[in-house]
Amino acid sequence: MTPAPAASRMTIPKTLLRDFRKLLGEDSVLSEEADLLSYAFDSAVVGQSVPSVVLAPATEGLLGRTVKACYDAGLQITARGAGTNLSGAAVPGAGPSAVILTNRLNRILEVNEADLYAVVEPGVVTADFAKAMEAKGLFYPPDPGSQQVSTLGGNVALNAGGLRGLKYGVTKDYLMGVEFFDWGGELVKSGSRTVKWVTGYNLPGLMLASEGTLGIFSKLILKLVPPPKASVAMLASYPSVGAASQTVAAIIAAHVLPSTLEFLDRKCLQVVEANARIGLPTDAGAILLIETDGGHAEGVKEEAELVRSICLKNGAGSVRVAKDAAERDALWAARRNTLPSLARLRPTTVLEDATVPRSKVPEMVAAVERLAKEHGLEVGTFGHAGDGNLHPTILCDRRDREGFKKVEAMVDGIFTEALALGGTLSGEHGIGIAKAKWLSREENAATIGLSKAIRKALDPRQLFNPGKKVV
Amino acid sequence: MTGAHGPAFPAGLSKDPGARITLSGLRDGLKAMDDVLVSCMRCGFCQSVCPVYGATLREADVARGKLALLEDLGKGLANDAGQVSDRLGRCLLCGSCEKECPSGVRLIDVFVRARALACAYQGLGPVKRLIFRLLLPNPRLFSFLTDVLGIFQRPFLRGAKGPPGVGAVPGVIPIAGGRHVPKLPFGGFSERAGPISLKPGKGRPTAALFPGCAPDKVFPDLTRATLAVLKHHGAGVFMPRGLVCCGLPLLCSGDREGFLSLVRENLRQLRGARFDWLVTPCASCASAIAGQWRRHREWFSGADLKLLDGLSGRVVDLTAFLVNILKADLSPRERPPQGAGSLDANDASGAKEGPEGLPRVTYHDPCHLSKSMGVSEEPRRILESLSGWEYVEMPEADRCCGNGGTFNLSHYDISLKIGERKRDNIVSVSPSAVATTCPACMLQLMDQLGRKGDLVEVRHVAELYAEDLGLDYKALARGEAPGIHDEPDTHAEPDDTHAGPDSKTPGGDGQKGALGAGA
Ligand SMILES: Cc1cc2nc3c(=O)[nH]c(=O)nc-3n(C[C@H](O)[C@H](O)[C@H](O)COP(=O)(O)OP(=O)(O)OC[C@H]3O[C@@H](n4cnc5c(N)ncnc54)[C@H](O)[C@@H]3O)c2cc1C
Ligand code: SF4
Ligand code: SF4
Ligand code: SF4
Repeated sequence: MTPAPAASRMTIPKTLLRDFRKLLGEDSVLSEEADLLSYAFDSAVVGQSVPSVVLAPATEGLLGRTVKACYDAGLQITARGAGTNLSGAAVPGAGPSAVILTNRLNRILEVNEADLYAVVEPGVVTADFAKAMEAKGLFYPPDPGSQQVSTLGGNVALNAGGLRGLKYGVTKDYLMGVEFFDWGGELVKSGSRTVKWVTGYNLPGLMLASEGTLGIFSKLILKLVPPPKASVAMLASYPSVGAASQTVAAIIAAHVLPSTLEFLDRKCLQVVEANARIGLPTDAGAILLIETDGGHAEGVKEEAELVRSICLKNGAGSVRVAKDAAERDALWAARRNTLPSLARLRPTTVLEDATVPRSKVPEMVAAVERLAKEHGLEVGTFGHAGDGNLHPTILCDRRDREGFKKVEAMVDGIFTEALALGGTLSGEHGIGIAKAKWLSREENAATIGLSKAIRKALDPRQLFNPGKKVV
Repeated sequence: MTGAHGPAFPAGLSKDPGARITLSGLRDGLKAMDDVLVSCMRCGFCQSVCPVYGATLREADVARGKLALLEDLGKGLANDAGQVSDRLGRCLLCGSCEKECPSGVRLIDVFVRARALACAYQGLGPVKRLIFRLLLPNPRLFSFLTDVLGIFQRPFLRGAKGPPGVGAVPGVIPIAGGRHVPKLPFGGFSERAGPISLKPGKGRPTAALFPGCAPDKVFPDLTRATLAVLKHHGAGVFMPRGLVCCGLPLLCSGDREGFLSLVRENLRQLRGARFDWLVTPCASCASAIAGQWRRHREWFSGADLKLLDGLSGRVVDLTAFLVNILKADLSPRERPPQGAGSLDANDASGAKEGPEGLPRVTYHDPCHLSKSMGVSEEPRRILESLSGWEYVEMPEADRCCGNGGTFNLSHYDISLKIGERKRDNIVSVSPSAVATTCPACMLQLMDQLGRKGDLVEVRHVAELYAEDLGLDYKALARGEAPGIHDEPDTHAEPDDTHAGPDSKTPGGDGQKGALGAGA
């Protein structure tokens, strides 16, 4: 993950450009330097790579023909939703390459309120979809921090998580079916509109988190659930990180599943308070933000009371329970302001997401603190403690080459630690370019070999998003 | 655009604001902005609010893409400065991205500064040069031209389909290219009314009224309504005759030299008079004066600088002035009997009334007020207080309307597309009128609603408020208005009655009493 600007551009024949224009129309083929440069990056702190052409099909049919035309012409193909992933998964390949934009394929095609599913195009923005479902009295739980802009296609291609993972799961728990164009431009359909389905191989499962390396989605069938009717939010402050993470383990051991269980360390508390002044306990070692929800107000209240007592029993200095919606919003302001407050401190924000079994959260937090000290880096840690998914956030300056070496060393250390604790390289941000070189530390040779064979079978010319995931 | 975020003078630019630069000068200028450019973490969150991105779905149109291009151009990774400048121009400078940005990137500063660099490199086009250097600095000529255009408009007016006011926005006519524009008045306001000075009531503050060119020349009734409302609340008013454009369109086009000379002229007009607040009914003027004038502080000196510093914290839009400083009584007034109080146009449609039988009014937040000035409650409180209207909130009220001043002229197709969304949001609440606080937005709303033939009036909050108070502001016509010249000498001889400890002039900058004196 060097932030070096490697921006050489491969040009493609004029005749090919003309064909694309004929197929898609003048407006949907971008080939000017300024446009190409604006698709050379995503949200990850990795080197840029400039595509040769950017294509924006507006219908499913055109998407299929675009994929086929690119593949036939030997162009590397990178699908791009909002370009907000944090692993470089949407950075184009280094050869002659095409970026295929999916953001014009943004229609919600069907909402089945009786059978609780929806069929969408891949470019629908996550929050727009969630809002549309809410308007119908339905609930689509996966809520990545980027949901205001991220696309559902990008969510599926990375198996995005969010704040509600603990109780409601992540994107994979809502994917019922996919349709995608394969390398020959054929439309493959797999999965079903039914709750149960065992026909054929589980291709939706294969396509999940495939990072655009196996085919390009044109349709997704997503599961919906009834929304909770009541919720209670609380903020528990702890003198030490240890006590906070013990609480997490204790809550889960008590077989309670809060909908969210978020962690903020002291560094985060301090910067949020300095930035947003919302009355956080800056002397605390850490806080937990907890929300329970469910179908019955009484039951939810009881559960909240149980959680509160577990917090206190495990060393919480205080627990603030929100009395109404306004107080709930005030509590969540802490979490909402975390990344913005951290991001304002230094030019570059490296957001990691190594994940450990949740009982190992205390060890992981301690390791991050130790590594930060060792490398002399400014790090704030927050995240989905209930999922064991922490986001140690390293504050740095991508222009400082020497300083960045320390960041890389620290990231390496985080991975080593996470794997040693029985964890994984990435809980939700993906492998992309950023973590591809570490893959062999987590997966054995047989696993990687099989993955490569699958990739080869589905992408014989190695044109789908090369350099990502399995390389 | 200076201070914490860069040197006083961008590298590559000379202290002469009109000097041309070379490509390497341009690159140096951009490199000097590197500290701001690098603070973007590429999260892409600006996509969710950028009106241009919403219409085109292109990365180069959103802040993230633009910043990347500026960085690339500075570093020599981009070679075509013309293309980068073009993408930079596909932007309304609405500030939506800046408000959303988690990293706190000062995007408007970046864009304004980059446009100045691009303009110094490419030069100003001949049409803009003519308008910026000849028309806007010259209120007489400007007024004369609107008169002439007003006369020319008449044949179009007659040629328009159907009588005005039916099947179209009242007071709006279609012209060439399908655009819908307001009927031009015959004559700007200040040119005919001459300098205005009104004594304040006891203990009341005095406002230097900055009408802005649109309220003055295109919507003179708005200036009249503003005056009437200020007078009603006992505020003193000072308005010199020769105020010129606030300079925003020039700055947006990168014409820093022209911008600075307009600001200087305005400061010259304001110098020597005593006033407590600078008040304007134009949201864009308010944000330009409070924000951009101040951010160019380093280009001023002497008396200009003193006045400019004195204005700090004292520039407000009319609605904030009414609500926060004049403390206008906004407890809901008694409702008139059913049906009364509505304007002619409302009678034509039956479905637009609220439960109380009153016509509905909704509010559009101009970016320059809600995002730049942080004012969004005040105009709503005024509208909610009206006895003759029922206030309804529209969806996405604070989403940009797509006018963006010169953007509307240079990128009409995108502007239209953005405006359509605004139009749809407006009609979704079935109002009889949409109110706002920026004349530029008014033009856009008129065009959008007019195109679709929606029967929705476009009004400024001040006009509705004045009408609701029963003020016959239209009588303040053509300089013959009674009672607007009761203190003719204020301009020359500062008056002291309203200065002093009892004057309600918060501001906290240690400056008691009036502004502008002693210059
Ligand atoms: C501030 C911030 C907070 C974030 N918070 C979270 C979080 O809480 N949880 C989380 O999981 N992630 C989070 N992310 C990461 C990111 O937003 C998610 O990974 C998201 O799913 C990416 O969606 P996108 O539309 O931006 O996809 P892109 O970045 O455009 O693409 C991602 C990958 O999907 C592929 N792809 C996109 N569309 C298709 C398609 N139609 N067919 C095949 N492949 C396709 C691309 O090729 C690429 O490999 C965050 C990112 C940021 C910047
Ligand atoms: S100022 Fe407005 S139009 Fe320009 S980039 Fe920002 S949000 Fe988009
Ligand atoms: S929101 Fe701010 S930090 Fe994020 S991409 Fe846009 S400009 Fe950059
Ligand atoms: S902002 Fe617009 S209306 Fe106001 S003075 Fe400037 S140009 Fe005229």
